[in-house]
Amino acid sequence: MIRPFITVAVFITAWWAITAFTSIPPFMLPAPAAVAQALYTQAPYLAANAGVTLGEILLGLVVGTLLGGVAALGIAASSTLQRWLWPILVLSQAIPVFTLAPLLVLWLGFGIGSKVAMAVLVIFFPVTANFLDGLRRTAPGWLDLGRTMNGSPWHILLHLRLPAALPAFASGLRVATAVAPIGAILGEWVGASSGLGYVMINANARIQTDLMFAALVILAAMTITLYVAVDALLRRLLTWAPGG
Amino acid sequence: MPPGIELRGLGLRYAGAEIFSGLTLTLPAAEFSVLLGPSGAGKTSLLRIIAGLELPDAGEVAATDNAPLAGRVSYMAQQDLLLPWASALKNVMLGARLRGEAEDPARAAALLEQVGLPHRASARPAELSGGERQRIALARTLYEDRPVILMDEPFSSLDAITRVRMQDLAARLLSGRTVLLITHDPFEACRLGHSFTILSGSPARLSPPTRLPGTPPRAPDEDGILHLQGELLRQLAAS
Repeated sequence: MIRPFITVAVFITAWWAITAFTSIPPFMLPAPAAVAQALYTQAPYLAANAGVTLGEILLGLVVGTLLGGVAALGIAASSTLQRWLWPILVLSQAIPVFTLAPLLVLWLGFGIGSKVAMAVLVIFFPVTANFLDGLRRTAPGWLDLGRTMNGSPWHILLHLRLPAALPAFASGLRVATAVAPIGAILGEWVGASSGLGYVMINANARIQTDLMFAALVILAAMTITLYVAVDALLRRLLTWAPGG
Repeated sequence: MPPGIELRGLGLRYAGAEIFSGLTLTLPAAEFSVLLGPSGAGKTSLLRIIAGLELPDAGEVAATDNAPLAGRVSYMAQQDLLLPWASALKNVMLGARLRGEAEDPARAAALLEQVGLPHRASARPAELSGGERQRIALARTLYEDRPVILMDEPFSSLDAITRVRMQDLAARLLSGRTVLLITHDPFEACRLGHSFTILSGSPARLSPPTRLPGTPPRAPDEDGILHLQGELLRQLAAS
């Protein structure tokens, strides 16, 4: 439990040592104290923008997870859907999502829509792929049992394959939680009027590097907190699965 | 009265090799038939064919009453196959959920009582011992209420005492049904079987069934059990 704090302390000390004992100018690498001060003096501004980004991330997570879950269930339930949808999904991964960001801003505007859409795009595939993998790997013994019990394909999917795939779905959701902020920030970089990504782009342009670092610190803290919360929730819900 | 099962000239090939061929046997109605034989002879494949989980390359399986067998067979595998996320009671009623029928918790609870676990209805499988888990699996099999029961070494992973108890329980609760039991254990065969058959050779063949005297379940210390075991071991060694 204490190990992460040691790691962070060592990291900050090393960072401080570099700023204190080298001639790297503050506009390239601000000292930890300067970043802390920016965090303190700009707290209301940072908090308001962090709230916007967090909203985008959460909304993106919910929508992306729902869409991914439905897509995986659909593909698992219907071989027709699998034949048509799966190649498109795999192909879609060949397009770097980043290149779509300007297009999304053009289509959906500078508001929250384009950022949520961006987050959904990066979340959708890990959720779908992991969940589908789980749905396809139902233990053969259970499927045999379902067949000898004269189960219908739909009820076998609902009562056997779906719950059995939940640990795999949880893996996908963990990955999604870790990458969702990337989508939101990316959307903000391309065009936004608020959010941590917007703060960073603005601060960068004005060489307020300490403010940029402060935004980065908040983003990292937010991502880690979100991941830990989702991980804890999943472990609570899936107590029966080995390793949560 | 449950139907007997007739195997008519069953053959199975796997990757070009003949596993077994020309298997012909009648499993008498309402009796425990025991199937023994070395590993790899195809005992489990034979059971899966009877259960309708695999198709034979030759021959057919039929019920002695000439009605289709599908939907009248229950299958108990080596693993208990309990769902780790569901309570014991929910596991017993799995078949109803998979068929989209209404569950009958009262009947499931009565079955848990019959297998001696009325107090474990809400326990998850991970909280249960190996013997308790097999009891739940037995209750799940009974919930299906099928006339034909196929069992593939369901007690092989249990310790000796638990195994003897499970044998008694299975013999009592499954009596009156047509049962085919695969086992590696001559003692189990002698306790539970009305008759036994040995599947061996390459390609494997079935020995003519041997009737065992008396009525199962035979007590572990019953006169003649040791003699029966000796006889069975001789046949197994010679096969």
